[in-house]
Amino acid sequence: MNFTLKIWRQKNGADKGGLVTYEVKGISPDSSFFEMLDMLNQQLIGQGIDPVSFDHDCREGICGTCSLYINGRPHGPLKGVTTCQLHMRSFRDGEAIFIEPWRCGAFPVIKDLIVDRSAFDRIIQSGGYVSVNSGGIPDANAIPVPKHDSDASFDAAACIGCGACVASCPNASAMLFVSSKVSHLALLPQGRIEAERRVQNMVATMDSLGFGNCSNTYACEAECPKEISVANIARMNREFLAAKVFAEKEKKVSFSL
Amino acid sequence: MALAGLFLVVFLLVHLGINLLLLANDDGQAFSAAANFMGTNAVIRVMEPVLFGGFLLHMLFGLLVSFRNRASRPVRYQHKSLSETSPLSKYMFHSGIIVFIFLVLHLIDFYFIKVGLVAPPAGVERHDFYHRSLALFADKGYSAAYMVGFLFLGFHLNHAVQAAFQTMGFNHSKYTGAVKAGSTIYSVIVAGGFMIIPLWFMISR
Repeated sequence: MNFTLKIWRQKNGADKGGLVTYEVKGISPDSSFFEMLDMLNQQLIGQGIDPVSFDHDCREGICGTCSLYINGRPHGPLKGVTTCQLHMRSFRDGEAIFIEPWRCGAFPVIKDLIVDRSAFDRIIQSGGYVSVNSGGIPDANAIPVPKHDSDASFDAAACIGCGACVASCPNASAMLFVSSKVSHLALLPQGRIEAERRVQNMVATMDSLGFGNCSNTYACEAECPKEISVANIARMNREFLAAKVFAEKEKKVSFSL
Repeated sequence: MALAGLFLVVFLLVHLGINLLLLANDDGQAFSAAANFMGTNAVIRVMEPVLFGGFLLHMLFGLLVSFRNRASRPVRYQHKSLSETSPLSKYMFHSGIIVFIFLVLHLIDFYFIKVGLVAPPAGVERHDFYHRSLALFADKGYSAAYMVGFLFLGFHLNHAVQAAFQTMGFNHSKYTGAVKAGSTIYSVIVAGGFMIIPLWFMISR
């Protein structure tokens, strides 16, 4: 298969950047998208051109490192997969493929197709800790959890933090990511202890980092490689509203030696 | 924005109920009685500024959120988005602007005349909404613009009602389907209900 690639090239965060066109020929339909990019890079190295920088790690859809906005969709045209799980048979022979980095003010471009997604880490950090007793291994059934809650929590915890939700959202909102992180803890008894504080802090951090607001287009759900449901966003909104309205004022503790 | 929007949803139903009285074949008696009630009842008088406040809040939050959302993606994509979403949800700002323009014209045509800010046309008393409506709907251009305004309000409401439930935290595995269907039914009733009135005048006169 032959393809015309229109790839975003940008030397660094200060560079303006732009689309550059490359031709790749003789690509197997069974090549993965990244194998195709590897072949392009080999070609570029042979020509003395700086290879295209892109994020990748596990290449099996579980680490959340890969990104790429391919022909107007994060992770390309297939539903429920990451870019590393995408194969060239999903494209037409001779097709022009646009490859761009995630676009969001909170995800600045580092180089070419690599963006800095540490804003997600800062949101997670602001969520704080979960109180879990140390010591011996607790009995598996020591704390009963309803099956539905356990399933919903696991579904939310499937989020790999890749940022496709932000990339696809017309408002560059991080609500699906944050709500999945809030939900997978809020649904379990172990996560209830700090739930009120967690949701308020994580939402405040998300807002302060410049992500947009949710206008319920549900593009995030359509593009999430782990198919996380927008029901999590409603759950986070519930948690947030309840915490804002009903949370008691925290007692100030002054420490002295 | 969602809360103010849900408040406006209730108001629209009341407004539609009164407007549909225009279709009664009683020379405007029922409609005028209802308009008179709305203009004199103490509870409604108190609710009027609350309603204006609701509109204002809804629009202000809408503008604020839209500007913040635009600012959150300073560099746009080169390729147009092909993500599968409802087109109505992506153009809420645009449909909102059209509804806003319609609302301003509508206020000039009725409310501003009632409160004396705009002079009524010759031969129509400023509280006589019935004959004012008849005169306006006699103009086919006005009727067409009126229907277009409500068509866009229908588009706006179709997404807005179910989205307001989601924003307020209501998403349930059993009932969300019903909320979405209810949102569509409500938008068809409101848009269709208001659009029937100029159509009726066009056909019957």
